[in-house]
Amino acid sequence: MSTPVAADVIVVGGGIMGAATAFFLRQRGVKVVLLERGLVGQQASGTNFGNVRRQGRFLPQVPLANRSRGIWGRLNELLGEDAEFIATGHVRVCFRDEEVGGLEAHAAAVREYGLDLEILSGNALRDRFPFLAPGAVAGSFSPLDGHANPRLAAPAFGRAALRAGATVVENADVVGIEKTGDDFLVETVGAGSYRAPVVQISAGVWGGVLSARFGEPVPIVARGPQMGVTEPMPYRITPVVGVYSSVPEEGIYFRQVKRGNIVWGGGWRGPALPDIQRAYVDPMNTLRQLPMLRRVAPALGALRTIRTWSGIEGYLPDDIPIMGPSGKVPGLFYAFGFCGHGFQLGPGVGDVMAELIATGTTSTPIAPFSITRFATP
Amino acid sequence: MGRFVRLAETDRPPVSLEIDGTMVTALAGDTVQVAILTNGFALRESEFGDGLRAGFCLMAACQDCWVWTVEGERLRGCSTEVAAGMRIVTKGSTWQIEPS
Amino acid sequence: MADRTVLIVGAGPAGTRAAERVAAAGLRPVVVDEAAANGGQIYRRQPAGFRRPAQTLYGFESGKAVAVHGAFAALGDRIDYRPLTLVWHLWESEAHLLTGTTASRQQYDALILATGATDRIMPLPGWTLPGVFSLGAAQIALKAQGCAIGSRVVLLGTGPLLPLVAYQYARAGATVAAVLDTSTLGAAIRALPALAARPGMLAKGLYYTAWLLKAGIPFHRGITPTAIEGTDGVAAIRYRTADGIERQVACDAIGLGYGLRSETQLADLARCDFAFDAVARQWLPATDADGRTSTPGVYLAGDGARILGADAAEIAGKLAACAALQDLGIAVPDAEMAAYRAALAPMDRFRVGLDTAYPWPAHFAAGLPDTAVVCRCECITAGDIRDVAREKGAPEVNRAKAFSRLGMGRCQGRMCGAAGAEVLADALGVRLEEVGRLRGQGPVKPLPLATGIAP
Repeated sequence: MSTPVAADVIVVGGGIMGAATAFFLRQRGVKVVLLERGLVGQQASGTNFGNVRRQGRFLPQVPLANRSRGIWGRLNELLGEDAEFIATGHVRVCFRDEEVGGLEAHAAAVREYGLDLEILSGNALRDRFPFLAPGAVAGSFSPLDGHANPRLAAPAFGRAALRAGATVVENADVVGIEKTGDDFLVETVGAGSYRAPVVQISAGVWGGVLSARFGEPVPIVARGPQMGVTEPMPYRITPVVGVYSSVPEEGIYFRQVKRGNIVWGGGWRGPALPDIQRAYVDPMNTLRQLPMLRRVAPALGALRTIRTWSGIEGYLPDDIPIMGPSGKVPGLFYAFGFCGHGFQLGPGVGDVMAELIATGTTSTPIAPFSITRFATP
Repeated sequence: MGRFVRLAETDRPPVSLEIDGTMVTALAGDTVQVAILTNGFALRESEFGDGLRAGFCLMAACQDCWVWTVEGERLRGCSTEVAAGMRIVTKGSTWQIEPS
Repeated sequence: MADRTVLIVGAGPAGTRAAERVAAAGLRPVVVDEAAANGGQIYRRQPAGFRRPAQTLYGFESGKAVAVHGAFAALGDRIDYRPLTLVWHLWESEAHLLTGTTASRQQYDALILATGATDRIMPLPGWTLPGVFSLGAAQIALKAQGCAIGSRVVLLGTGPLLPLVAYQYARAGATVAAVLDTSTLGAAIRALPALAARPGMLAKGLYYTAWLLKAGIPFHRGITPTAIEGTDGVAAIRYRTADGIERQVACDAIGLGYGLRSETQLADLARCDFAFDAVARQWLPATDADGRTSTPGVYLAGDGARILGADAAEIAGKLAACAALQDLGIAVPDAEMAAYRAALAPMDRFRVGLDTAYPWPAHFAAGLPDTAVVCRCECITAGDIRDVAREKGAPEVNRAKAFSRLGMGRCQGRMCGAAGAEVLADALGVRLEEVGRLRGQGPVKPLPLATGIAP
């Protein structure tokens, strides 16, 4: 066996979390290796909806989302590439009178975190968003949220990290990680071995397999988002639109890209097969999504779906990710299992993890995401 | 006057339809694409600013011949039979986002 | 056994013969077809009210066309025929059907995919102009609608369809300004031994070519097309002769095609294994000699499996049906299947001969200017593909698609997939098979958002 490549930090997993972490570690001058089994940003990071949304999140996550939103705003200058982020605003609408209170309460709560939402109802809502169905009762508008292109963002981080001096290795399937003395030794199939005193696991749903090897199993499951896209239409629906409902199946969301296609998802999740790295759209889910889309914006009924897709996402039972230091192994860090809502957080997660690894602390609270919450006594 | 040239089967009953606001005549059994292209030269505009399109494969594979009706309906030109009273639009779209 | 459902997708020659064979075994197959009438593209029916006789529509093939149409009609109620119906997805032994805007599901115990083929396209600058159609489209315009695609037509590309369409156009009274063939006479001569496997086919090709020459229609071999000129429509085609001389032909329509490519989306959605076919330079679903795929219960027949033409499709349809019946536990005479296999063997030799005689001009991909549109749905140029290959490091077609939107449009890469892969492989400096294939994604064709589920 050849001598392992030495670095300060090895990041295992090149989704948006890992790629952004590698990039921000380079910003701090840390010698980093990013190992990706396939291609950077190919799995959940590249197949998600592309939401850059802060409203509607678990409240203790809003500071992280705010930090990430700040980075999204200067992403192009930071990376030197366009990930098609646009701050179009994000509107969450409800269709039942009894749901309005929930939107209002959330708006009041996130105001404490510096996120200002505007509650609109009735004609004011439809005047602002004329595509909404008459049945839309109220909406919560987050003007600085928006969307970006998930196919581009994580790869852009990966390339920027590479340009900034990171070692980025694709097609590097990690088959062994162990800590010997002060260093972790990471072995891959066909892409060499690496050693470093710090390792970050940011391998999405596969992160659970790796954390278990360090005595920290987590109850993570793989599911696939059920995505679809229409043919291109004149650009007329500006904001990202999501449904706020107590009925999970009604929770559809969509956005129109500037080229005109309308991308949607939500409501149902499909099967994901991590072993063969594939996730599928169950066509029944697509069929069930269609009336939900028409319910929100009847004009969508005139269009055609030209493609559907899925990806492999990792979900935890409390619907929040695992992020922060290992509870057991010094030098080991985690950032995985973002439960289908990680894309917006990606840049912020990378920035926070880089700060945490480089300085030992972070100015953004992440304690609720600690893996220790799943520790068995 | 149009792009397509009729060489046979010209004794079919006429069908009147509207294309871009002008009444034209097609023949019973024509596809929408043939109805348009025997009366004009293109079916639609590319969404991406690279000019006019008139379809390509005529066998419902390439999806390049979708046209709009005045009513906001979409028709695939090569696989839809023309019907009297159709009101076709070949310029821009008639997509209305406001619920009617 | 009579309760086992055999689902056949496509009602062309392969689907028709498959249905006939399954029905003969006492089962009532479900036959789903997108078209309003059976026949497929090759034996496509003209609409009700059209009066041309079969001889006019199908020429030398009229006997076969009439026979296939007759066989289908004779099946009557012994099949469950669903015209104007698209199989838009497959999921867990159910086909998802779409008729108009109504979705339904059809369970199957065996699925025979007879989905046919479309033209194989190599783009050139100007190919998205109104007036440029596929070669198959030019034929369909005449066969199914009694129209020529223009008043001064150039037919461009290569393959058996090229002289045939020119002949049919000229015979029908269209003005054929030129036939521009990218293949050479030398290649045709080299292919003769293999082509001799089907002397009848060879003779017909020679007949059309001779007829065109006699009729004084300019027929140029070994040409290299340069660009299609025009602003709001085709005005001319520019090409280089075999001797390297720049030429231009004025025209208002072009039929463009370089042979056929198999329609394989449903096999992909059925999760069949694919293998690279060096003859077709296409990834094709892997099958055994009888049409069995790697997915149990899924069979392929006809041009959707590999391009063997209509005669072979009829045999392959019967053979795939036999394989399906056999796998369902229904006795099929060994001699019958052996006879079909034997009949298909020369077709396969002929296929290699055709590709030798009429080669797909893969090398044109390298010569496409950066500004040439490759993906006509999304308006993605050769330069866009080269950019993602070189600047963004896309090592295979799905990555190139993710970065550039190549193949992401309405047609799902049907028209651009073959050429896009060639452009990418050339830009990366790798062999075509190394850039992989575009993964199939539902829906097979656009699915209306107004779709409702049948009660």
